[in-house]
Amino acid sequence: MTTTLLIEQTLNGMQFGVMLFLMAAGLTLVFGVMGLINLAHGSLYMIGAFAAAATSAATGSFALALIASLMAAAIAGVLVEMLVIRRLYDRDHLDQVLATFALILIFSEGTRWAFGSFPLFLDPPEILSGTVTLPFGIIYSKYRLFIILVGLAVAAGLFWMVARTRIGIQIRAGENDREMVAALGVNISRLYTLVFALGAALAGLAGMLIGAIQSVQVGMGEPVLILAFVVIVIGGIGSIKGAFIGALLVGLTDTLGRFLLPKGFGLVMDPASATTVGASVASMAIYILMAAVLIFRPRGLFGSA
Amino acid sequence: MKLGKLMAAASLAVMATSAQAEGVKVGMITTLSGGGAGLGIDVRDGFLLAVKQAGRDDIEVVVEDDQRKPDIAVQLADEMIQSEKVDVLTGIIWSNLAMAVVPGAVAQGKFYLSPNAGPSALAGKGCHPNYFNVAWQNDNLHEAAGAHANDAGFKNSFILAPNYPAGTDALTGYKRMYEGDLAGEVYTQLGQTDYAAEIAQIRASDADSVFFFLPGGMGISFLKQYADSGVDLPVVGPAFSFDQGILQAVGDAAMGVKNTSQWGKDIDNPTNAGFVESFQAEYGRLPSLYASQGFDTANLLISAIEAADISDADAFRAALKAADFDSVRGEFSFSDNHHPVQDIYVREVIKEGDVFTNKLVGTALSGHSNAYVGDCKM
Amino acid sequence: MTRETLLNLALLALLLLIPLAAWALDEPFLITLTTRAVIFAIAGIGLNLALGFGGLVSLGHAVFFGIGGYTMGILASHAQSYTPLAEWPLLIEGTNSMPVIWIAAILFSALAALAIGALSLRTTGVYFIMITLAFGQMFYFFAISWPAYGGEDGLSIYVRNRFAGLNMMDPIQFFAICYALLLATLFLMSRLVRSPFGLALGAARQNTDRVQAVGQMPYRLFLTAFTISGAITGLAGALFADLNRFVSPTMFSWQTSGEIMVFVILGGVGRVYGPVAGAALFILLEHLLGGLSDYWHIYLGAILLGVVLFGRGGLYGMLTGRQVAHD
Repeated sequence: MTTTLLIEQTLNGMQFGVMLFLMAAGLTLVFGVMGLINLAHGSLYMIGAFAAAATSAATGSFALALIASLMAAAIAGVLVEMLVIRRLYDRDHLDQVLATFALILIFSEGTRWAFGSFPLFLDPPEILSGTVTLPFGIIYSKYRLFIILVGLAVAAGLFWMVARTRIGIQIRAGENDREMVAALGVNISRLYTLVFALGAALAGLAGMLIGAIQSVQVGMGEPVLILAFVVIVIGGIGSIKGAFIGALLVGLTDTLGRFLLPKGFGLVMDPASATTVGASVASMAIYILMAAVLIFRPRGLFGSA
Repeated sequence: MKLGKLMAAASLAVMATSAQAEGVKVGMITTLSGGGAGLGIDVRDGFLLAVKQAGRDDIEVVVEDDQRKPDIAVQLADEMIQSEKVDVLTGIIWSNLAMAVVPGAVAQGKFYLSPNAGPSALAGKGCHPNYFNVAWQNDNLHEAAGAHANDAGFKNSFILAPNYPAGTDALTGYKRMYEGDLAGEVYTQLGQTDYAAEIAQIRASDADSVFFFLPGGMGISFLKQYADSGVDLPVVGPAFSFDQGILQAVGDAAMGVKNTSQWGKDIDNPTNAGFVESFQAEYGRLPSLYASQGFDTANLLISAIEAADISDADAFRAALKAADFDSVRGEFSFSDNHHPVQDIYVREVIKEGDVFTNKLVGTALSGHSNAYVGDCKM
Repeated sequence: MTRETLLNLALLALLLLIPLAAWALDEPFLITLTTRAVIFAIAGIGLNLALGFGGLVSLGHAVFFGIGGYTMGILASHAQSYTPLAEWPLLIEGTNSMPVIWIAAILFSALAALAIGALSLRTTGVYFIMITLAFGQMFYFFAISWPAYGGEDGLSIYVRNRFAGLNMMDPIQFFAICYALLLATLFLMSRLVRSPFGLALGAARQNTDRVQAVGQMPYRLFLTAFTISGAITGLAGALFADLNRFVSPTMFSWQTSGEIMVFVILGGVGRVYGPVAGAALFILLEHLLGGLSDYWHIYLGAILLGVVLFGRGGLYGMLTGRQVAHD
């Protein structure tokens, strides 16, 4: 095991973390501002990916596919918010869980009805394919680097929005005290729709970016949804900073765990068992991490009291 | 009563006309919804096409969706055996569902013809006279990959598969035939979609080849990421990651990759040519190996119906074992533990016009049986 | 008699009459379907104690379902192959006697619930939801990669377990056992929620601080409720494994947790008989809608959505017209 490999794996962990951040950012905003658990977030991710695949197949342009995924996810988000979510703000978490669980069923089978059961094709554009050589002689995929940069840009944009714009102030105030904000004359329902649409667009963007190097198929959002929840819980609900740090932590733990744990076990047991045991423990690693964080910081790392 | 019956045209005619005499009722439990539905749909379409072409009026097929859930599959099997009173069960795609359904079904005296899943437990210790597998034993395609690796001169392979029984069986199968060294052996997580870490390990090792078993979306993700990574080692895998349904989603990333399969659309015999043409005419798409397996299963069943009466279990079983039908694979026979003895080919991914498909480039194993015959005490 | 009691009795009667009718008409499949509903109802009743009465939204309750199932699977498979589980320090043989298996399933689920609850109850709200989910996932991935008991392929048990001379492979007899257990569980629950413990639990759900101020310890109340809740769901898991003669890691999955939660919410949270109605309705819907089209999940989702948005309090809420407070 060389230093180069270790550094490359760390980069991979960061890239995975950035991908998770895109998913988690929308989720944490929605939960923090509106107090709403949205299980259908994974479906918005899937819609973004499918919209991009369909647009890319029809036009051949990656840029158009990007715009299509953002718009499709945002529009789906707005529709869902106006038709369903709006009635759930006053309800308790249970009703929200059931309603958004029902939405997952509708979206998944609806997508399968519209697009068929086989996975769709989506590839990164030519200019972003291939590799680039980084310092230390690391050969890294251009597209993955692109994803890291986009993720960092989105993070920076969100930080700026929350800290320095009017909308950001409204969001932060809304997280603190919903009724007061409404009483002070802010159009709460428009704010909520906006936040939901923003969260949906972020999920759609994530779906498209990641779908290009993975597979675009029905149900692709569920595993990511679980991970996104893990991230926002570790980071603290409602905190963008928490989502970012949490995402990086989860990404690094998972990637480095899968890489180092089998080797670690290999020091004390035979290679065959070490690989299987190591792989098993690695698959549980992020959940162990989350449980550990919650036991010591029951509100997550940056969660508000 | 559950209404989810999807009948072929021939069966509909049966319902409308004749009294149900000594017909055979087939219960097909397969995956028709959710992420893995493509495979079940292909098996069903291949099976029903053969039934339709046979033109017999004494076969009734009941098709149900197991949603890839073991408990639903068990429930459907109970319904089919107890309510629908089927004679033969078939259709299950996944090994874990097969393990849930098959032992109980054959113990109740029903025949089970597997068009896909071939777990080693049902080939070895758990074998049963009523269980026949028409596709392969799970290890077969991986063993063929190992044999191909030897032929291709690979000396230091990096192998990976998900950490679940089919995955461990895959690597065991490869290692059974492969004679070189292993540059690395990695178990990934079931459902994992990001393989950057594994690809980095491949790059850092001094492997000369890569073998992987990653069915469904996992394989698509791996191939795309591998193609993008600049690691240029030859890749070999079983056909499950390169079937007709998946290839379009992978695109150029799969070009030139070798995969092992017991079937290819260009196997040269009249049955196969007729099958490919009629499948494309009927359904508007090229068949995959799953469709070919469904087609062969139906034809095996039909050959047994023609030779014996379903009410005479011993005679019917013997007729099934005789496997006197025209397979799309050419010569077809069963081993003593009721799994196929067949040639396993090497295919290469090519592009024909706009469509990605496979072309036969060689034979990895001839007349190959399976490793569990000795464990089966039938 | 209140409307709720009438509804309770009607449900119990329905669940008894359908299998009897099916038995008379020789439609064994309907008996199996009803048995499934009964078993899911027991699982839901377990969850309802923690969720409905305790206000603890556990999204990882499938853990106990799975532990109960695997307890049964492990004990029965060792009995099936005549190999002992362990030889040192005690000789532990497998068994396929139902009462022994039930007791083992209840015991192990309760222990797990105690451990998981002790750790998770340090958090509240959505953090609690997530940490219970985390434990669920941990067990799920562990079960998949544990080859000794089948891993993802699961474990097949060829015959049902034994119970005092009855023939368990006969659907109606197995149903009778499950139904009896359902009645026992319902009896236990209705006594429990009216007991001092139950009242204190309800109070703790509504206002934890006040309960603490009067000298009770909410943490202890919640932990006790969580443990009992896990034990009941574990029993359901053992029965489920028996019904299918098969146990697999999907019993631990978060989708299963979600389904159990759906039964509880559909029927009416915080009602003792709620999960019975919810499970029966869900199984009925699954059965009927499956025939409509290949995409029947869309209809199921639409119906669930309708119930949540427009039918307050689940089935019981709609039919008895009285809301029960829940968190």
